Amino acid sequence: MSRHAAHGRTVGRGVTGLILGLLVTPLVMLLGTTSAYADDEGDTPAAASCLPKPDEVGCISGTLGSRADPIADADVTLTKPDGTTETQTTGDDGKFSFTITEDGEYLVGVDPETLPDGFEVRPPPANLRGPDGELKVQATVGGLRAANLEIRSADYDPSTSNWEEISQSGFNGLRLGLLLALASVGLSLIYGTTGLSNFAHAEQVTLGGMLAYLFVNQQGMPLLVGGLLVLVLCGFTGWFQDRVLWQPLRRRGLGLTQMMIVTIGLSLAIQYGYQFFVGSRTVRVIVDNPTVTSFGPITTTNQSLAAMVISAVVLAGVGFALLRTRIGRATRAVSDNPALAQASGIDTDKVIRLVWTVAMALAGLSGILYALVTNGIKWDTGLQILLLLFAAVTLGGLGTAFGALVGSLVIGFVVEMSPLLPFVPGDFKYAAALLILIVVLLVRPQGLLGKAQRVG
Amino acid sequence: MSEPGPTTATRGDLSDPAARKSLMTDVERVPGAAKPDPILKVDNIVRQFGGMTAVDVGHLEVQRGLITALIGPNGAGKTTFFNLITGFDRPTSAGQGAHWSFDGRTLDKTSASAVAKSGMVRTFQLTKALSRMTVIENMMLGAQNQAGENLFKSLIRPIWHHQEKEIEAKADELLDRFKLLEKKHDYAGSLSGGQRKLLEMARALMSDPKMIMLDEPMAGVNPALTQSLLGHIQSLRDEGMTVLFVEHDMHVVRHISDWVVVMAEGRVVAEGAADTVMSDPAVIDAYLGAHHDTDLGDDALLTDEAIEQLAEEVAEEAHRDEEKDGGKR
Amino acid sequence: MDEIQQILNSMMSSATGPQTAAVAIAVIGLNIHFGYTGLLNIGQSAFMLLGAYGFAITIKEGIPALGIEPLGFAALVAGVIVGMGLAFIFALILGVPTLKLRGDYLAIVTISAAEIVRYIGRSVGYETLFGLTGGAQGIPGSQYRAPFTDLSPLGNGNSTLLEFNYTDVADGAVWVRLVGWVIGIAIIAAIVHVARGRAGLTGTPKRVAIAGLSVLALVVLLFLAPVNNQNTGVNGWFVTIVAWCVAAISTVVVLFLVKSPWGRALRGVREDEDAMRSLGKNVFAIKMQALVIGGLFGAVGGMLYVLPATVQPDSMGRSLTFFCYTALLLGGAATIWGPILGSIIFFAGRIMIIGISNTYFDGFMSSQESSQFAFIVVGVVLMLLVIFRPQGILGDKRELRFNV
Ligand SMILES: Nc1ncnc2c1ncn2[C@@H]1O[C@H](COP(=O)(O)OP(=O)(O)O)[C@@H](O)[C@H]1O
Ligand SMILES: [Mg+2]
Repeated sequence: MSRHAAHGRTVGRGVTGLILGLLVTPLVMLLGTTSAYADDEGDTPAAASCLPKPDEVGCISGTLGSRADPIADADVTLTKPDGTTETQTTGDDGKFSFTITEDGEYLVGVDPETLPDGFEVRPPPANLRGPDGELKVQATVGGLRAANLEIRSADYDPSTSNWEEISQSGFNGLRLGLLLALASVGLSLIYGTTGLSNFAHAEQVTLGGMLAYLFVNQQGMPLLVGGLLVLVLCGFTGWFQDRVLWQPLRRRGLGLTQMMIVTIGLSLAIQYGYQFFVGSRTVRVIVDNPTVTSFGPITTTNQSLAAMVISAVVLAGVGFALLRTRIGRATRAVSDNPALAQASGIDTDKVIRLVWTVAMALAGLSGILYALVTNGIKWDTGLQILLLLFAAVTLGGLGTAFGALVGSLVIGFVVEMSPLLPFVPGDFKYAAALLILIVVLLVRPQGLLGKAQRVG
Repeated sequence: MSEPGPTTATRGDLSDPAARKSLMTDVERVPGAAKPDPILKVDNIVRQFGGMTAVDVGHLEVQRGLITALIGPNGAGKTTFFNLITGFDRPTSAGQGAHWSFDGRTLDKTSASAVAKSGMVRTFQLTKALSRMTVIENMMLGAQNQAGENLFKSLIRPIWHHQEKEIEAKADELLDRFKLLEKKHDYAGSLSGGQRKLLEMARALMSDPKMIMLDEPMAGVNPALTQSLLGHIQSLRDEGMTVLFVEHDMHVVRHISDWVVVMAEGRVVAEGAADTVMSDPAVIDAYLGAHHDTDLGDDALLTDEAIEQLAEEVAEEAHRDEEKDGGKR
Repeated sequence: MDEIQQILNSMMSSATGPQTAAVAIAVIGLNIHFGYTGLLNIGQSAFMLLGAYGFAITIKEGIPALGIEPLGFAALVAGVIVGMGLAFIFALILGVPTLKLRGDYLAIVTISAAEIVRYIGRSVGYETLFGLTGGAQGIPGSQYRAPFTDLSPLGNGNSTLLEFNYTDVADGAVWVRLVGWVIGIAIIAAIVHVARGRAGLTGTPKRVAIAGLSVLALVVLLFLAPVNNQNTGVNGWFVTIVAWCVAAISTVVVLFLVKSPWGRALRGVREDEDAMRSLGKNVFAIKMQALVIGGLFGAVGGMLYVLPATVQPDSMGRSLTFFCYTALLLGGAATIWGPILGSIIFFAGRIMIIGISNTYFDGFMSSQESSQFAFIVVGVVLMLLVIFRPQGILGDKRELRFNV
């Protein structure tokens, strides 16, 4: 009875502490960001978005790039039926939105000069192509029409075989897979040792990216120092979370489903915390002008290469630790059978604490690298990443760290390579990942490396 | 594949100990022996976990209308064997000669729920009471062919109301028999461990099974209750039900079982009547290991000390098992 | 005082609004999933969105193949059927791969699938191809609302509920309102007293007493914070009344369902699937039925949700699902009235947070930020609820002791 009450108190204190932590961490970031707001060029306001009104106005809208990788600061030109033109510059989210007042055929084009280096507009299909390669759009007043301009790498050359495109996408897939693996190994270890599916895991990836942006771009720290600091901070948040929240809840005997809902609430609170304190802009860690390297058909930056090497080395380190060190073996023992591990003298609480710390640090590292080599990270990027992480972890078999690694690589390839298929529009690459997930569940529910459950 | 079953008259006779004895006298005392009227026949069931073979049963028959005990040391594969034949697990040898049939019906590909519907109902070693439902609700779930469990009919009360009353009356009767009637409206989660075992058994009986499979029904039940449980099991048999149960307590096994099957390391190592099988060297070897010099067949030789030690070992292993299973969930 | 009155008024109109009723219906569906069957569906918003798309697009475009004209009554009926049909198919697609596996998989697949539905809805490419969903901007209500508002018998003009309210007594003096609130709170306290069985009432008298007191409380609250709406307009009384009627009907249907042997089987599955299998129940079929039925309620909720608004994929994303969970846990999972009570309190509470932070923390937060702040609070409340009061307002505390 009093034991229970005591747990209640611990949990109470824990939750209060956590909420404080939740509020304080981003506040600190806010302080950093507001001071540097003025020189932050990522903040051009997006084109005021148009809302159609019946019998008054219609809209032609669209996004350059994908939602995950929008293309900002490109000039989009609308040619009206009467021949006049109107130009908008895409905002941070890559969006443009024209207001029209009469029905007719409009032409939408992009000024190639304003696209980032190495990108071009993919010519629209013949029946929709205007005289200068613009996109024809039939728009009506009161309606909303999308102008779907696809942007692709300029080195795309339809005359060469698909081989180059395939190898470039494959390379990108490997890169994404490695970044995902950093986070998913942690997710999988947490699942293995505690049985908990952590829906707030990807928020930690976002945190890593945002903190790195704060330290490196706002405070001007060298990348290495800033990165290490982020790692330490992220690891600390893992330690702290387990200390004040998860461990007390485990002791209290809260069911796994309930705990899962707690992680969902946490992820919601953290995400909107980011939006509240940081805003909805995309942050990106920019160090210097990236040096472009190419070998064979593959073009990439040195940063990407470095990120991949770091991921691979860290993953190898984690693998080595799991297989060869005492604490790693203890972790695997706890994953395998917590009660037995406890009975044979392993301090499961200590192991789990360590797992949380390491998992969060790894997720943070993934976030740093993500913000460094992709088009950036913003408050709700976590959700997309979470879906990929879950797909990866399930694919590999829930709770097996090495399965998560394999699963991540597969998902990375799927996401980057599925748009190569003629019938998959670029927006749908995440859907492809989900499809894989569903197929795996149908065929091999325990995942690639998982094992079946015991009944009775 | 229907067997020429015995007439009702012979079946009725099985409440008479002498009739049961004479029924089994001609059965060979070897693993996999053929029975006069088997209700369950199992062939070639193998289950491996990783490299470890948990169950490897070549042939086994269970006689209709009798109480058959399945014994064997912890880890012998008894629970896994239960899981396999009740559809909760699939043999590794599925499609490679694994066959089993119940009451003439092949079960090789049957789902757990269909196995239960066909009349073979089991209980679990780790009791599965539906905690946040009342005792009576637990019981009523056990009844088969409920019209009200159909989504569309459920909305129209008159369709199922009458049946519901009948089921409740039957449940009350069983609860009364198992001394749980006062607990009727309590949450099942509030029952003691032993009461949950009783509830699980009573719930299984709600479906009027042809055969009931009990996985360690006596574990954790206090001695007084054990007595009445044994009585229940015997009266079930006397009403014509077939019982297959796993038990560790040798006295219990000797007391109520008409036939004993011994498993060790996944195999059936011996079969026989309760009073003779205990002295089978294979059993002593497999079952007791360290207690070689003790003849279990003779109560007088089973000293208190030995029993205590045995009980301790068993309890310890069972405890370990339980913890392990608890952790797996 | 005026500021407080303003916040109270907007709380009241949010609490009684059609969208609250719509979410309540979706929560009723979620209650079947999560509360009764234990299915962790984290994609209820997708059921709502699919219902809304099917409804709006069918009305807007008609079904030429069947001779159904756009914007007619037939299109309205067809829209409801198509919306529910989409939810039905979606439930099957989600259920087949996941319902034989442990619960986490359903959670993972539903949250992913909900996002995919949203992506597809807002996808530029898809919009160019078919021109149905209106991309990220969505389908404005004006394009599909007409056949519904045409049905309104209420005519034009405005009405206030209650017509007789605090402004009619002593010109709405402060003391009138204070006395009113004391009475209102006293009635609510009385409800709690009766509900806890302290008043010595049981069975039917208890239910009658609670129902009577609840009506009284509603009247007093409406007296203190009257709601003024158009009769038939976008957010008018017509859609409000229809939405609440559907919510009431849904509640009654669920009441019948869960008190039947079918409902008992649902709870059995929630408690232990293997035990249910050993009793000869087809667990997969039961779970699938629950998933479908709950999803259909979600679809109906989605249709009502967009009637006074737009079919906007981004406003029906995972936040909406989390709203549903918070409302459900607030009211009490696996209770009959929990979803309705939870939704009302949830939306009133959210408006209160936004109202208070807009009014009193004006310098600190912009209005956009206060709605983000409300999200943060929702997340934290969800956590605290699960940790400290998982049975919600109406749940039975005894059940908690056996929480696995
Ligand atoms: N799901 C499983 N995974 C791995 N090993 C298992 C599993 N289920 C059972 N076993 C192993 O199979 C063997 C037989 O177990 P069990 O059937 O429970 O034995 P018994 O019921 O006779 O005590 C044990 O060694 C046990 O550890
Ligand atoms: Mg066993």
